[in-house]
Amino acid sequence: MAKRIKVLVGKPGLDGHDRGARVVARALRDAGMEVIYTGIRQTPEQIVATAIQEDVDAVGLSCLSGAHNNLFPKVVKLLREKGAEDILVFGGGIIPDGDIAGLKEAGIKEIFRPGSSTDETIKFITDQVNQ
Amino acid sequence: MTCSEHKQAFQQRQQQWQELVDKACARFPERRENFATTSGIEMKRLFTPEDVEQVNYTEDIGFPGVYPFTRGVQPTMYRARFWTMRQYAGFGSAEETNKRYKYLLENGQTGLSVAFDLPTQIGYDSDFGLSEGEVGKVGVAIDTLADMEMLFDGISLDKVSTSMTINAPAAVLLAMYVAVAEKQGVAPEQLRGTIQNDVLKEYFARGTYIFPPSPSMKIITDIFAFCKDNLPNWNTISISGYHIREAGSTAVQEVAFTLADGLAYVDAAIKSGLDVDVFAKRLSFFFNVHNPFLEEVAKFRAARRLWARLMKERFGAKKPASMMLRFHTQTAGCSLTAQQPDNNVIRVTMQALAAVLGGTNSLHTNSRDEALCLPTEDSVRIALRTQQVIAYESGVADSVDPLAGSYLVESLTSKIEKQALAYIKKIDDLGGVVKAIEAGYIQNEIGDSAYAYQKAVEAKEQIIVGVNKFTIEEAPPENLLTVKAEMEVKQRQKLAQVKESRDNEAVNKVLQELKVVAEEGGNLMIPILVAVKLYASLGEVCGVLRQVFGEYQEQ
Repeated sequence: MAKRIKVLVGKPGLDGHDRGARVVARALRDAGMEVIYTGIRQTPEQIVATAIQEDVDAVGLSCLSGAHNNLFPKVVKLLREKGAEDILVFGGGIIPDGDIAGLKEAGIKEIFRPGSSTDETIKFITDQVNQ
Repeated sequence: MTCSEHKQAFQQRQQQWQELVDKACARFPERRENFATTSGIEMKRLFTPEDVEQVNYTEDIGFPGVYPFTRGVQPTMYRARFWTMRQYAGFGSAEETNKRYKYLLENGQTGLSVAFDLPTQIGYDSDFGLSEGEVGKVGVAIDTLADMEMLFDGISLDKVSTSMTINAPAAVLLAMYVAVAEKQGVAPEQLRGTIQNDVLKEYFARGTYIFPPSPSMKIITDIFAFCKDNLPNWNTISISGYHIREAGSTAVQEVAFTLADGLAYVDAAIKSGLDVDVFAKRLSFFFNVHNPFLEEVAKFRAARRLWARLMKERFGAKKPASMMLRFHTQTAGCSLTAQQPDNNVIRVTMQALAAVLGGTNSLHTNSRDEALCLPTEDSVRIALRTQQVIAYESGVADSVDPLAGSYLVESLTSKIEKQALAYIKKIDDLGGVVKAIEAGYIQNEIGDSAYAYQKAVEAKEQIIVGVNKFTIEEAPPENLLTVKAEMEVKQRQKLAQVKESRDNEAVNKVLQELKVVAEEGGNLMIPILVAVKLYASLGEVCGVLRQVFGEYQEQ
């Protein structure tokens, strides 16, 4: 039997819009994954510390405030610094198309935009982690 | 015909219709087995007088401007004056936002509505570590009175009413507004506007809390008391369901949790020694208007009736103004799609129409591009024009509460009121809103509804045009508004300059005095007003209060 996938869903920055993060966390849980939701107003440092401590397979970041270009790459950078570059990082929120290439270049593997289905996210994580 | 003959005739016709229905359904099955609103209220095939038998016109519907205000809070509603057209706006620096305000006023907007960035909303200055990347993003950055002076430069504060979406640091921004007015030669009693100042919903739906509930309630009642004496025309709070709905609640939950918050504020104000018939007339509300058109119209009517009854029955309010639920409405941001964004113009039009038919007192219409970015000038003009077309061309504003008496609308109004009251009683049983939040009850109720909605969309039980049906291949949208990264650097420089040029000794002294007042439980508005006039920053004032009151930790 495959190992149960463990995911951290995080809300970096000051943004309080957590509907999407909570819905995704619940959908991943319903899909059989173990999910930790950080709650809002986390620093990238806090998210990375939790991810390492909990030994997660993936980190999902949600931001709707427009601060994603600062916050998402910082999480990837800190994970690398801690030798945890094997942890898959993906994100979602109000992310303009023009920002996606830059985020991917910085190491965020996928960006789920408004209207994405939770099934897409589940499939993406499962495929990536089991690769 | 006698009454019983009428009844017999009704039943006969109903029977005939039922036979037709059975035949029709056999040939053409209905689209769904059950039709229901988002709140789970059955949308019957047909509503008839039977559905409103329990509704008493005089007691339950009545006349506009008269208790229980089901038909509206003013006797003539929009025949005298349209609702206030108030577009929520703010981004980048005070200079940029000031330009947008002037543009909106030139285009016929009738009130201002300030969007602050997240650091401002959480009481941090632009140069604070956690503010990095957030400065000027979801609203305008305000650090000191200097920014506020720029924000309203060239706009006479005795001529406009201004709504400010500010909660935990509301006292500070209100003080800055009063200080700017004073510099313009406008007295506090001339000021008209609203501060959101509704911290309770921040704990479970919006997230910009700072302090724990108890000191937060203290600051709120301090503002009530200050405004009673100094700003008689100011709405001291905007008790908000908007964000509750955005977080995923149903229409019934939106009404229930908003009014439950309202009850908690009224209770706190009375306990602090204020007279309900003195402060309650300055309470205002803020609702969402989402897609389900008829349920939304009924929602506003139900909210007005329920609030009036609660104020009268629970708190013994005597003046009509204390029982009137006056509200602003914003179209549902969460209903906007990033796909085929022009379709959002149509959604917003329908939502705005529902708000007007529900008797809103003020309205913000969202722009088509808000699922992508902050709205551009062109998009925000279309959004404002949407309201103007409804007001000036549709004719719906010419007669008060035109959907009253519809079997469906009256039946839904009663059901929403009844179900919302059941929620409020449940919250009473849990020990009130603060206890219900601490127990996670409200968060869980909203979370369940949000999840159910998402599942319905993914199962295509809920169709969203352009998202899960009628999709097309699209090129990435162009002409999006972005806030440049240099803005954050400039804002920090500006703050440093202000701190250099002000009387720092006087600032330190007043911050010390503020700390003493906070510790001793005095009214905080006076020392805050003194502090902001000396150009103490928002972060400094909130920093002192953080030291005294501590910070709320999410459950």
